[in-house]
Amino acid sequence: MTGPVRFQLTDEQRALKNATRELLAARFDRDRLRAAVGDPAPDRALWRELGAAGFFALRLPEEAGGVGLGLPEAVLVFEEAGRALLPGPLVACQLLAGAVDGVADGERIVGLCDGDREPVLWEHPCACDELILLEGGAPDLAHGPGGAQGRTVGAYRSVAGKVSRAPFASVDPLTPLARVTDHPRTTPLNGPDVTRLRREAALLTAAQQLGSALRTVEMAVGHARVRTQFGAPIGSFQAVKHLCAQMLVRAEIARSALYAASVTDEATDVAGAKLLADEAAVRNARDCLQIHGGTGFTWEADVHLHLKRAWLRAGSWGTAGEAEELLAAQLVG
Amino acid sequence: MDLAYTEEEEDFRARLRGWLAGVLPTLPARPDPLDWPGRRAYDTAWQRRLYDAGYADVHWEAAPTLRLIFLEESERAGAPYVGANFVGLLHAGPTIAAEGTEAQKRRWLPPVLRGEEIWCQGFSEPEAGSDLASLRTRAVRDGDAYVVTGTKIWTSHAEVADWCELLVRTDPAAPRHRGITWLAMPMDAPGITVRPLRTLAGSAEFAEMFLDEVRVPADCRVGAENDGWRVTMVTLSFERGTAFVGEVVACRRVLTEVARRARANGRWDDAVLRRRLGRLNAEFAALWRLTQWNVSEAQLRGGGPGTGGSVFKLRYSHARQELYDAAAEVLGAGAWDADEEWTADRLSSLSYTIAAGTSQVQQNIIAERILGLPKGR
Repeated sequence: MTGPVRFQLTDEQRALKNATRELLAARFDRDRLRAAVGDPAPDRALWRELGAAGFFALRLPEEAGGVGLGLPEAVLVFEEAGRALLPGPLVACQLLAGAVDGVADGERIVGLCDGDREPVLWEHPCACDELILLEGGAPDLAHGPGGAQGRTVGAYRSVAGKVSRAPFASVDPLTPLARVTDHPRTTPLNGPDVTRLRREAALLTAAQQLGSALRTVEMAVGHARVRTQFGAPIGSFQAVKHLCAQMLVRAEIARSALYAASVTDEATDVAGAKLLADEAAVRNARDCLQIHGGTGFTWEADVHLHLKRAWLRAGSWGTAGEAEELLAAQLVG
Repeated sequence: MDLAYTEEEEDFRARLRGWLAGVLPTLPARPDPLDWPGRRAYDTAWQRRLYDAGYADVHWEAAPTLRLIFLEESERAGAPYVGANFVGLLHAGPTIAAEGTEAQKRRWLPPVLRGEEIWCQGFSEPEAGSDLASLRTRAVRDGDAYVVTGTKIWTSHAEVADWCELLVRTDPAAPRHRGITWLAMPMDAPGITVRPLRTLAGSAEFAEMFLDEVRVPADCRVGAENDGWRVTMVTLSFERGTAFVGEVVACRRVLTEVARRARANGRWDDAVLRRRLGRLNAEFAALWRLTQWNVSEAQLRGGGPGTGGSVFKLRYSHARQELYDAAAEVLGAGAWDADEEWTADRLSSLSYTIAAGTSQVQQNIIAERILGLPKGR
């Protein structure tokens, strides 16, 4: 190893992040975002474009047609997706790009379900060509509910039409949901380890939370600079300033934990990163809404889109309670 | 992004570890906290050992990563921290190194490194806390000296210090940031009265300092007259750098001990408390990563820590208080025992959201300097 390699983005990582931001700004601008609120199905042309840009094949080896990068790069790309509120089963397609044909280049869309939750929910059911169901494989907890001990560990694939489902009215207009009532467990998914899939799903979900948390800081600060009340920009009032400062602190502490977890790939690091990123996304969206005042309570403002998505992500691939139990167990382990 | 250290850094760590393992068992017992001369002797003797082993200037000269490793390993091994050398090594010394003349550097820096002279800090005043630039201590030029009159507060180690880095007002008519001068005041000068200040923790860490026409030689001025505010900002940026590295390492150790104690006394069965400890584990792990991030940034960019130090300080000071509140819950009635170590640390943690920039001032700094929100009240 040469020179002091640091815990900072490399030039290549910075370039990848910027390129992703530019691609999303060009192909998924605010008009497209608002159009997606009415019709959240992923745009297949955009999906193929993301595929061509390596969004899904990022971590596949180059000899398999991938980009040959690692988890830290995937985290940076997903941070940008979260920032842009890009809809679609992004985590599923990134994780399964090597395991399910057609996913890497964006031709086919695949969903991923956590079979250990009740109800079992499926994101973007109408957009998926195939659904993968994960059972077991969550980190063992020394205490508390939700431990996966003793459960059979497995991943099963099924074409979308073979999955029995019931309607579920999603609180997030950008994430349609269905309740899975029966999934044929006939075809095991060969390849990826279930525990690893869960850990990476948590990490990439946390990355989107971080992107959202940083975006709501920008939105809040932007509004506080221009919104005038009592003859001054509200951002000149300490009560508002301190809300904004705490938003940044939450996002930055989550960023440190998340980037480190993307390097170590340790279960407890990932759990801690998700805990902090979930908190940053949800609480920053709440504070952003508060700073927007009455405007923030309208459908037209984008704040509620960040908040609702943050709520869904916070409950996916590991909750706060599970993370805290895991991290508590580490202390006495 | 990488968390690995270079071969050179790992060598530094291994050598330091070996040295600490050899030297620490030979140290005398720690002095009583109220025995100031004893504390001075203990801390300066430790600094002398660091000097002889080649580690004395690690706070000044070493690359930020080596400094991080030094502080991390020192804490892990239970080595003494800078103690009475704090101001000399971390405030006054770096200021003189950056802003002093060659003669001043020769006069003041080597005794700090060798553990021969102790410095204290005379910045805050009863009426100038967060608003430091409103300080009123007057210095009037009289021949080859400044005549200084005023009151300073929160001066650590004043009883045993040889020198005081002092901020004084030399031009009362100028805009408040432009009439301040930085002086090195000899603590044996006539006219200085030091009165210990007892904190809520019962200790006498700090003192008040009354200055009555104290004559400070003009060649003890560092930087130009009335340029002291800028000179001071150089100092303060050192304070927010790696100052908390050892403490974060210590907090993570304490958290583990708190969890083990809870397991032993049955409190671990309380899911609310257990989850709280789990959350603190995430919090301190993240603070350690943020430290590494900030240090890496300083190393790449050069210079002192940026405003990122405010983000860290704000979150860390709060987390430290949360840790000792959780420890108190684990202790139960044991937390009422003033001799309990965690109770003493709980009390001292209360200063963390106040000292070195209150949490409210830190939030203003973040909002205005990082986020670019307009100044106001």
